[in-house]
Amino acid sequence: MAEFEVEIKPENLVYGTPKLITDRIMHYCPGCSHGTIHKLVAEVIEEMGLAEKTIGVSPVGCSVFAYNYIDIDWVQAAHGRAAAVATAVKRLYPEKMVFTYQGDGDLAAIGTGESIHACNRGENIVVIYINNAIYGMTGGQMAPTTLLGMKTATTPYGRDPKLHGYPYKIADMMAHLDGVCYITRQSVHTPVNVRKAKKALRKAFENAMAGKGLSLVEFVATCNSGWKQSPVASNRWMEENMLPFYPLGDIKDI
Amino acid sequence: MAKIKGTIIVDKERCKGCAVCVASCPFQVLHLSSQVNGRGYPFAEMEHPDQCTGCASCAVICPDSCITVYRQKFE
Repeated sequence: MAEFEVEIKPENLVYGTPKLITDRIMHYCPGCSHGTIHKLVAEVIEEMGLAEKTIGVSPVGCSVFAYNYIDIDWVQAAHGRAAAVATAVKRLYPEKMVFTYQGDGDLAAIGTGESIHACNRGENIVVIYINNAIYGMTGGQMAPTTLLGMKTATTPYGRDPKLHGYPYKIADMMAHLDGVCYITRQSVHTPVNVRKAKKALRKAFENAMAGKGLSLVEFVATCNSGWKQSPVASNRWMEENMLPFYPLGDIKDI
Repeated sequence: MAKIKGTIIVDKERCKGCAVCVASCPFQVLHLSSQVNGRGYPFAEMEHPDQCTGCASCAVICPDSCITVYRQKFE
């Protein structure tokens, strides 16, 4: 097949690493959805030309080191307080693009209050919410978003609603608040979904720059270490078990 | 007839061998290498390079941003 040797030159480049992704190797487990979502964030910021204008707020959780991987300005917030910190940053610098990047332990557990009030105030920020239904960093304990019957380190016989309560969809709850302009649920387990998620993320960033209110982009994600599965198997498990409970698509769009 | 061919370059040291790209490739071009990189992970490489169309599905989904895709049209 020597006659069809593709030449490695810039004209033939189809897809490369975004410039805003740093050379540092990510600490995430192999196959972790965080890496793909970081890449989407970097691509959207780069395409919108906001690299010098964006301030991210990183949470506590696996993605605490997000500031090492995307070459923009960052603030690292106390556990769950990313939305409150982002509120302050956006009010001090209204011309900046401010977003938070939070997991389900940060946004839906310890930071529920801050997140809901930021939504209610209608701050012009973007909240990126990664929901993998488990506390990944601390070793796979039950999260509020853990599915019924799902086995974790703290629910070894599966989540029982009588003992542990029910999983909750915080994105659907937030859709009732008037300060929120856009809520969508996306995933990154197939290339098609990654491309859809990128469009949703871009729309959220545009809303924040246009001052329409708070936009929340939920990513249904995998935690293959916490779920004790291979990356490919956990993508499949997510599709079969997570997506029926957390259906993809726009929840609110005004 | 014009043919569109693609190829990829994998940053071997950055790859963690998660195999998500292998599962995402619509033409089964990729597989994991039998060798390992400096950190002990097998890395993605092309098993059937002649079948690659440069669709970039592997690179789009790669969590570690280690795949670069090139595509060329042959008249």
